[in-house]
Amino acid sequence: MHQEYTVIEGDFVNAGAASSSVKKTLKQLNVNPQVVKRVVVALYEAEVNAIAHAYGGKVTVDIDAGKIRMVVADKGPGIPDIALAMQEGYSTARPEVRDMGFGAGMGLPNMQKNVDRLNVTSEVGVGTTVEMEVNF
Amino acid sequence: MTLREIVGLLDATVCTGEAHLDTEVQSAFASDLMSDVLTLKDTPILITGLCNIQTIRTCDMACLQFVVFVRNKKPSADMIELAEENDMVLIACEYSMFKTCGLLFEAGLYPLF
Repeated sequence: MHQEYTVIEGDFVNAGAASSSVKKTLKQLNVNPQVVKRVVVALYEAEVNAIAHAYGGKVTVDIDAGKIRMVVADKGPGIPDIALAMQEGYSTARPEVRDMGFGAGMGLPNMQKNVDRLNVTSEVGVGTTVEMEVNF
Repeated sequence: MTLREIVGLLDATVCTGEAHLDTEVQSAFASDLMSDVLTLKDTPILITGLCNIQTIRTCDMACLQFVVFVRNKKPSADMIELAEENDMVLIACEYSMFKTCGLLFEAGLYPLF
């Protein structure tokens, strides 16, 4: 099953719409609730990051027997130092993002904790792609 | 402790979810930082002063069904609509976060850690 969603820069009102839709799909497929939570928390963190830091992007989700693959690809400033961005507490979030309850430098580390495979690639001035896989 | 008892204890109003007020809850977590809420493994009642649509989205992702808004924060119509879609209970009180936590802790709700 293949799903695609568009993420719009600064659109905090709809942040989480893709994750919410994926959650409904996984529940309909009777996926274990613990797995559903891991998937949607990781995807939501990535979605919020794309809205907060980039100029929009695309979420693609592929659900196969036993595996969920999610890719959040944004057009944005990119991440100059991915290792630094992976450190808990490191954040470059604007005050507006913090006002929404995010921007504490916990997004990427929390994605790492919830998925079985995380791959972050980024090019400064071009954008960032976050690939995640969860087995179930 | 039931949600109904919590409403009475906090002199709170129920914004949505009246039908679930007899549900028993055991534990609570207080935070205005949704990033912290997203790290929880358990599903406590959430006590928060952050009152925007992302509070509801975060609870949906983290499988939290019950929210107490403190400091006289009132959820908007779109927040209530999204909460209703997800079968949530939203409660609002005028007390501070500190007083709310103190009252609920004293009444027997457990912290997560």
